[in-house]
Amino acid sequence: MWADTEPWRLAAARRESADTVTLGLEPPAPFVFDPGQFNMLYAAGIGEVPISISGDPGQRTRILHTIRDVGAVTHALCATPPGTEIGVRGPYGSHWPLHTAEGGDLIIVAGGIGLPPLRPAIYQALRHRDRYQRLVLLYGARTPRDLLFTGELARWRGRFDLTVEVTVDVGDRDWRGNVGVVPDLIGRVTFEPGTATAFMVGPEIMMRFTVRALLERGVPEDRVFLSMERNMQCAAALCGHCQLGPFLLCRDGPVLSYRQLARWISLREI
Amino acid sequence: MRYVLDLGGLGQLLAALRQRGFRLIGPVVADGAICYGEITSAADLPAGWTDEQDGGTYRLKRRDDGALFGYNVGPQSPKKYLFPASATLWRSHPPGTADTDDEKPFAFIGVRSCELHAIAVQDRVFLGGQHPDPLYAARRDGAFIVAVNCGQAARTCFCVSMSAGPKADAGFDLALTELTGEGGHRFLAETGTPRGEEVIADTPGAQPASPRDATAADQIIERTAAQMGRAMPAVDLRDLLYGNLEHPRWDDVAARCLTCGNCTMACPTCFCFSVEDVTDLAGRAAERNRSWDSCFTLDHSYIHGGPVRTSARSRYRQWMTHKLATWTGQFGTSGCVGCGRCITWCPAGIDITEEVAAIAADT
Repeated sequence: MWADTEPWRLAAARRESADTVTLGLEPPAPFVFDPGQFNMLYAAGIGEVPISISGDPGQRTRILHTIRDVGAVTHALCATPPGTEIGVRGPYGSHWPLHTAEGGDLIIVAGGIGLPPLRPAIYQALRHRDRYQRLVLLYGARTPRDLLFTGELARWRGRFDLTVEVTVDVGDRDWRGNVGVVPDLIGRVTFEPGTATAFMVGPEIMMRFTVRALLERGVPEDRVFLSMERNMQCAAALCGHCQLGPFLLCRDGPVLSYRQLARWISLREI
Repeated sequence: MRYVLDLGGLGQLLAALRQRGFRLIGPVVADGAICYGEITSAADLPAGWTDEQDGGTYRLKRRDDGALFGYNVGPQSPKKYLFPASATLWRSHPPGTADTDDEKPFAFIGVRSCELHAIAVQDRVFLGGQHPDPLYAARRDGAFIVAVNCGQAARTCFCVSMSAGPKADAGFDLALTELTGEGGHRFLAETGTPRGEEVIADTPGAQPASPRDATAADQIIERTAAQMGRAMPAVDLRDLLYGNLEHPRWDDVAARCLTCGNCTMACPTCFCFSVEDVTDLAGRAAERNRSWDSCFTLDHSYIHGGPVRTSARSRYRQWMTHKLATWTGQFGTSGCVGCGRCITWCPAGIDITEEVAAIAADT
């Protein structure tokens, strides 16, 4: 389990913003994952971190991971030159329940580095667009310069079968878009709450207020799904760090329904 | 089947295990306590030693009957061997080699009922999931267990209320009850597995037990059960703790808790470990190590931006609700076996049964 996988090769690295890079990794064999799952990436000699897969689940020979440079390991990964071998274990964890969302509206809400773990679900929903009613993407970042995947966002905004709303906490002089927090976007879009399903990833505070806004609109608790974060070291439900109440997030999560989480995420320091 | 053996017979039993290639691990006096260590014969056992325990207190004492197992559980448990405090998961140089342990399987001597239950709990954690831990599996595989039914209980013991003792009911190859009174110093041996029968067959001193010896052993276990120093309140712990995650008692215990993590180190079921990657200075050789971690450290809950559980209140709550309630959701069993180590080895003498009782009394 610890050392029985062949290394992957970094085929291409693409800078998304000042602190965020997408690594295109080539697995030794075609790699199958579900949207929302993550891999453990190993920067040689420095350490291992859990990183969500950010690419298209239909693409099995180049697996994308979008990484924000915030610590020793993510810094090393972001600075890795193409051609280098990288240790990869996975995929781990639960996935976005796209089947649950079929037949109704799908609302996808992302804050900051929360967009990459949702992008595979967006690709999947667009691939099977006829299975859903409205498809809505709400996305926020701190500043316009922190927005990820801007080219793709522009293309998605041009589609008639996808609603995209973007906001920033702080604009700059060239910004003509929304300024404000992500939960406020819920009130700006049209959807059918009774049949809607929501997927979200972002800072816990953003998710708490987004959940509140969705529930106020009438979305049922068991159709709101969150991807949670805790310290994660083994990804095998052994090391105990990723506990969130009764859940081991590497095994039971990261994606859980608000119904499962309600008791726990209303508490401080859980 | 029940047998009886005298001191010489016990020596033969240990020799028979060594003969079969086992590495004997048993109780030894070390650092002022009864610890687990490697033994070679019955002469290494802590003859004539006992201990007194209470919240935050442990003292070795002499006893005059020469009993070999006349002590209560010490600070260590078989966890020390099955899930060592530090281990190397892999090394990159030479490539692809994992550390090989001493290949001899363990024979644990003197394992108490609460410890058998603790091993069963860790079996579920390390072996029961989708990704079994190869290190634990290698150490657990083939281990021979000679249990000992407790002849006394400490003031910190509460296994009866956790349905984990004092009689060894499963998970052993042989279970001994030490008899020191009338009829001489001897051991009643009960076999739990065919392997246990085979080892007894190689112990010439083992004789079929008389009904009198069997009765004497049963009485000792009954007496121990009646001696329990403490009890976990008989309430639904999951409901109680899930319903009281914001109880003021957490502030009260946080004012006493030093967040030192001693309870988690002494606990025979605590399994958290941290993983660390290291390299040599040239960056050519790398290895990944793991070592026991504790939910009382800030690092345990660290994510980018800072630790999730910064206050002592939240860390004690995490430990206790995990041990007694959320563990069941994670692994289908309680994480507590009532051994009382967390009470004895807490420098502040915090008592998990008392904390539960305080919340239960005010709910």
